[in-house]
Amino acid sequence: MLYREAGQFITHYRADQRLFRLRQDRIGFYLLLASAFVLVPYCGNDYWFSAILIPFLVLSLAGMGLNFLTGYAGQLSLGSAAFMAVGAFSAYNFNLRVEGLPFLLSILLGGVVAGLTGVIFGLPSLKIKGFYVLVSTLAAQFFVQWVFTNFAWFSNDSSSGVITAPPLDVFGLDLSSPAGRYLLTLTIVTALGLLAANIVRSELGRNWMAVRDMDTAAAVIGIAIPKTKLLAFAISSFYLGIAGSLWAFTYLGTVEPHGFDINRSFQILFIIIIGGMGSILGNFLGAAFIVLFPVLMSHIANGLLVGVMDSGHLENFQKIVFGMLIIGFLIKEPNGLASIWQTFTQQLRVWPLRYWSH
Amino acid sequence: MSFFFEVLVGGLLAGVMYSLVAIGFVLIYKASGVFNFAQGSMVLFSALTFVSLLERSYPFWLAFVLTLLIMLVLAWVIERWVLRKLVNRSPITLFMATLGLSYIIEGLAQSLWGAQVHGLDLGINDEPFEVLGLLLSQFDLFASAVAGSLVIILSLFFNKTRTGIALRAVADDPLAALAVGINLQRLWLIVWGVAGFVGLVAGLLWGARLGVQFSLSLVVLKALPVLIIGGFTSITGCIVGGLIIGASEKLAEIFIGPYLGGGIENWFPYVLAMLFLLVRPAGLFGERQIERV
Repeated sequence: MLYREAGQFITHYRADQRLFRLRQDRIGFYLLLASAFVLVPYCGNDYWFSAILIPFLVLSLAGMGLNFLTGYAGQLSLGSAAFMAVGAFSAYNFNLRVEGLPFLLSILLGGVVAGLTGVIFGLPSLKIKGFYVLVSTLAAQFFVQWVFTNFAWFSNDSSSGVITAPPLDVFGLDLSSPAGRYLLTLTIVTALGLLAANIVRSELGRNWMAVRDMDTAAAVIGIAIPKTKLLAFAISSFYLGIAGSLWAFTYLGTVEPHGFDINRSFQILFIIIIGGMGSILGNFLGAAFIVLFPVLMSHIANGLLVGVMDSGHLENFQKIVFGMLIIGFLIKEPNGLASIWQTFTQQLRVWPLRYWSH
Repeated sequence: MSFFFEVLVGGLLAGVMYSLVAIGFVLIYKASGVFNFAQGSMVLFSALTFVSLLERSYPFWLAFVLTLLIMLVLAWVIERWVLRKLVNRSPITLFMATLGLSYIIEGLAQSLWGAQVHGLDLGINDEPFEVLGLLLSQFDLFASAVAGSLVIILSLFFNKTRTGIALRAVADDPLAALAVGINLQRLWLIVWGVAGFVGLVAGLLWGARLGVQFSLSLVVLKALPVLIIGGFTSITGCIVGGLIIGASEKLAEIFIGPYLGGGIENWFPYVLAMLFLLVRPAGLFGERQIERV
């Protein structure tokens, strides 16, 4: 009833190209933003900020990064965590070694360095395709981790390569409280999320999808494959680099190279499988799932199965359920949670009728 | 110079072990075009099952047969509940499904048999002795012999038996194979079963050397550069690729590693494989693909 486009006429190209064409969607989005920026900091407690909301936001950003590369451009990657590490460690070093560099600028520079690293490891993808690209990203994963563990310069000679967050002050505001860190993360993620939604609608995003669907055909219709692929690696790694900085500085506070190991890369891949490949909304849904699922599982285990399951068993059980969910999603809903949401809104638009026509 | 050869031989023998894991990949890739990431967890699962049966004082042969049966059941379940549902989907989707599969198998293995490290004694001596000035152990020779005979058996299987020829037909063109009446599902079951068997052999040898533990499932990551160098479709390529990777990573670690601060064998194989790809994109023995729109 309420969710319907009746009476909304599009009379300008500008209106036609909006991110949300339906007025109800726009209102919903503004309400969501308003509650995230105003209501949540007012009501939330420290546990929610530190353990759920901040990792959720950071992982959504990382998911966006991988989704550009895998979901849109079709290049499989198992090295996401490496680019996160590059972002975090570069931002740390910029902040440490350049006197008076603002915190936000060092995060940005960290992202740029990660992007350049991504281009280097993306170079082999110009000559090879399919699973062969995996090797290049795995090389990135292991090489980067080795560099940060073995060369103490990157972590300012701290033991075992641990880096600690610089003071989080932005424009003179101290944001080191949980609510402050949440707002900082939220601002960055919102800005980059809107940018992402526009990138994938641009010519570049369409070129990515053409390369993903069939690169030979894309080349035939005149898309510059090398530029398109390398931009996918660059932008993807830029996003991952920023996510890495946020992971290190606003979520964990201190992080070691081991925190960006291959399991983190898998985790990010699972986010986009469950959330939806080739969807911006999907990253948020997938990240929410990944963050909430273990919490939910341990609550269930504590509530129902007291004494039956110890933590080791619980972890194995989680792994099994996770694997099943992934296979289940791939079989039943290959486009992930995002496509469930899309079907739902589509049905809402025609309700109480069952079918709609164009 | 003799030190160089000692490192070289040590590396080659380690390479044989990589090849054993890689063979399991190639079998499945050839028959169903699936890049089976779960091969590593199948190695872990079979080795854990075998060791746990031994520890419950089953005789060696019975434990082996029982494990093999369990691997066959696993293959059946995978074929029935995963592969059959994902027919005609993109290779990336299938790859990600096997990623999920590897989580299930690892979780299952550890919740069934526990997460502690098990020792495994195959009754073969691992004491090094000297041959022509090189240090070798009986175990190394045994592992090489096993790998060699596996390759021979598998190539006989692929070239001489009816099933093997059907498998090659499926690899070549699944649709045409279906059209001439080849039972695709039965073949997938066979090939996953054989891959489980190869995984069991690899698991036993790796387990005897390193102890049966979770890190066995990570061997899968080292098998990837082996496949890249050897080509995804060739069993001979596995062996050659394994030898190249094994030898070069050990040589690099000993002779280049000290200049870079050590530990380079973690990433050296991947970089080597990347360089290889720039020269020969299809690997040494792989088939070059021609793309059409």
